[in-house]
Amino acid sequence: MQIDGIEVTFTEGETVLEVAQRYEKEIPTLCYDPRLDPFGGCRLCIVALEGARNPVASCTTKATSGMVIETTTDEIETYRKTLLEMVISENREIDVHPLRGYASGELANLCNKYEIHETEITGAKSGISKEDDNPFILRDYELCISCYRCVRVCAEQEGDHAINVMNRGFHTQITTEFDGLLKDSACTFCGQCIQTCPTGALADKKALRAVDEVADTPLNKTRTICPYCGVGCSVDVLTNENTIVGIHPAMDGPANQGALCVKGQFAYDFVQHPDRLKTPLVRGDDGKFHETTWEDALHKAADGFKKVHAEHGRYSIYGIASGRAPSEAAYLMQKFIRAGFGTNYIDNCSRA
Amino acid sequence: MSNPLVDMQKPDVIFCIGTNMTECHPVAATGLKKAIARGAKLIVADPRRIGLAEMSHLYLPLRVGSDTALLLGMAHVIAREGMIDEEFIENRTTGFDDFFEHISQWTPEWAETITGVPAKDIETAAVWYGTSNKAAIYYTLGITEHICGVENVQSLCNLALMTGNIGREGTGINPMRGQNNIQGAGDSGALPNNYPGFQSVTDPKNQEKFKAEYGRTIDLEKGITKVTALELCGDSIHAMLIDGENTLLSDPDREHCEHALRSLDHLVVIDIFLTETAELADVVLPASAWGETDGVCANTERRVQRMRAAVQPPGNAKPDWWIISEIAKWMGIKGFEFDSPEPIFNELCRLSPIYAGLDWERIENGVTDELNNQWPVPHKDHPGTPRLHEEAFVNGKGIFSNVHYRDPAETISDDFPVWLTTGRRLQSYHTRTQTGRSQGIDYLLPEESLEVNPADLEKWKLSDGEWCKMSSARGSINIKVKSTNRSPRGTVFASFSFADVPVNLLTGSGYDPVTHTAELKVCPVKLEPL
Repeated sequence: MQIDGIEVTFTEGETVLEVAQRYEKEIPTLCYDPRLDPFGGCRLCIVALEGARNPVASCTTKATSGMVIETTTDEIETYRKTLLEMVISENREIDVHPLRGYASGELANLCNKYEIHETEITGAKSGISKEDDNPFILRDYELCISCYRCVRVCAEQEGDHAINVMNRGFHTQITTEFDGLLKDSACTFCGQCIQTCPTGALADKKALRAVDEVADTPLNKTRTICPYCGVGCSVDVLTNENTIVGIHPAMDGPANQGALCVKGQFAYDFVQHPDRLKTPLVRGDDGKFHETTWEDALHKAADGFKKVHAEHGRYSIYGIASGRAPSEAAYLMQKFIRAGFGTNYIDNCSRA
Repeated sequence: MSNPLVDMQKPDVIFCIGTNMTECHPVAATGLKKAIARGAKLIVADPRRIGLAEMSHLYLPLRVGSDTALLLGMAHVIAREGMIDEEFIENRTTGFDDFFEHISQWTPEWAETITGVPAKDIETAAVWYGTSNKAAIYYTLGITEHICGVENVQSLCNLALMTGNIGREGTGINPMRGQNNIQGAGDSGALPNNYPGFQSVTDPKNQEKFKAEYGRTIDLEKGITKVTALELCGDSIHAMLIDGENTLLSDPDREHCEHALRSLDHLVVIDIFLTETAELADVVLPASAWGETDGVCANTERRVQRMRAAVQPPGNAKPDWWIISEIAKWMGIKGFEFDSPEPIFNELCRLSPIYAGLDWERIENGVTDELNNQWPVPHKDHPGTPRLHEEAFVNGKGIFSNVHYRDPAETISDDFPVWLTTGRRLQSYHTRTQTGRSQGIDYLLPEESLEVNPADLEKWKLSDGEWCKMSSARGSINIKVKSTNRSPRGTVFASFSFADVPVNLLTGSGYDPVTHTAELKVCPVKLEPL
């Protein structure tokens, strides 16, 4: 097949959009999430197909041999611009805070690309925001463009089917069964709907609380692994100066491909909890803990082991390594026991 | 896991036993849901009607602690009906003839008397698993936290070996690991029987190797497990170094555990919070946390991945590797002159055949199309091993085990007539040192409660939402009652996460004699209204 005058190859089942993306063609999309089945709702990905009367949606059109595709013609670009103007004419806000969610800037980015900053299209606006007292997911449907990415990620990626579409046409509204709170639905608060939303209509309430405290300095992203179960999901930790302000799933994480659960998505702020130990503590003669220097604490820690070793021998000392600390800690724990005392008196917390 | 996580979308029959995956490994469970949407059949064996059970095509509500009987019954049917992979058995296994004879006595009808699962459902499960070309087993602590944990795992191996459901895509025996680096802690040699990379301490060659590295002869005898060490506290064990474990809440029989730690002459705890365990220490050393520490971890599919620091630790908190190195240096132990985690990880890789092809730089670069970094990675040009046992088993042939069913350490009686089983919930994690300090989690799960079948409320004179007293042979706690059909009649459930409802005061009836894993899944109790 041919795309923009170049002969390209494809594999059976690939869509025109997927082929074009492989050849680094820039085709705008709003309802597309590569992890989900194609939907063909937003029509921004239309391309010209030789022999077809009208442009076709490239996300739902399978590549076949002999196809001749043009991804960017004046006519197509005009259609796209008009479609975008219609979309933004209904939305309260386009330039949303990046802390709303991973994909929340998609609509604003397209508007910038097509230089659409206002529109002459006016009229009624659709989408009614839903009051929901949950601490994690903001349901700001005045920004909803009915791309159904949230509904589809919940069904296809999570298999939870907690949200769906109510009403039709202009009155379309994303909702839970019986139009209640997320807490009373099948929602597990994994946050996937937030992270796939291209407008910030569904937003990370927890991260947004940090907005006022976030300095104007840009957000940084650090790739790491979730601190909870053994699946080993990749995450990007969002930081502003020395504060963790949120978590984004890593769409290319080898274990999770963008998926997370409520713990990995939202339970990160223990790290900066006031209860954190900041100073070494040693128990005094009064039986109470006293803050001290590293030098003093290390001296007392080492001295205690030396004393016990001298009094009771090398089989009197035992080490328990952590299943949460990195492997370097576990490796050194076993080395400490083996090189220090010549025993195998070492274990980790996997037996409980 | 024998197979990679991506394989979870591939089986035709999925057998989940003793795993509450949608709550404890939710992201992994999404793979199973995709397989089911594709048409795969799901068999779930669990005493509780958990989320997975609701999704299943065949639910086997077995009595707690009766897994071996169920699995023997299934093996019986598979053998009786000839649903075996003769070529696989011939080429890859040993001991089948004895096993075939052994299981002829363990009929599904017998299994029904032990498990309470109807024999016809055991037959169906066996037929589905036995006739599928791609059948995969997933399990978690519901299999291992029993006095017969080893027999349970061996029984699962028997099923996979007799049907050849191992070493191929969409098959395998797949335990799900529960903590982000529990796999890495074992890989790194923090075990009483193995040096780093699972090299046995009883092999003189390994002893020589580590003598050359560490500059001293290390015992050729296995060390004792943590469980034994806790039993010997104050007797022969007098000092402990504990890194990042809240032993007191996570381990069984809390009173015994607290007494053990109190009887030490010297306890040093490295942690990020003053946990219930750290409260008992002589010296508490503040560690840098997740998000503040650079290092490497290994996940449940044996993938070695990089953890990165995003922010500075608070106050004077330091990375664990630094703290352990400093204690060692203060004691005059050689080989701890490290100034970053990189040379430590590289030393681990150099000494571990399964990590031999890895180093800090390779992990830093992450997974690529060519390199998956799943161990074993025997040399630098090796991409890693997503699937184990494809061509052969490491130790030669797969061995059938002629296992027998054993009752739990304690069974229900007139004094303690109800089965208690324990576990985790989706929203809280372990002893809540982390989730309990994360905003918003309380909205979803503010407190612990005891899940009781509605029909049992009247029997024990309990009311939904009211408190009750729950006692075992070791102690008693007060806990709020929640009426739910998730619990079958005669069995109740609570998590061990909440410090104000220390369920592990009650547990600790016994241990697997081989692995020393505690029987946390079975504890006879008595319920009384308050």
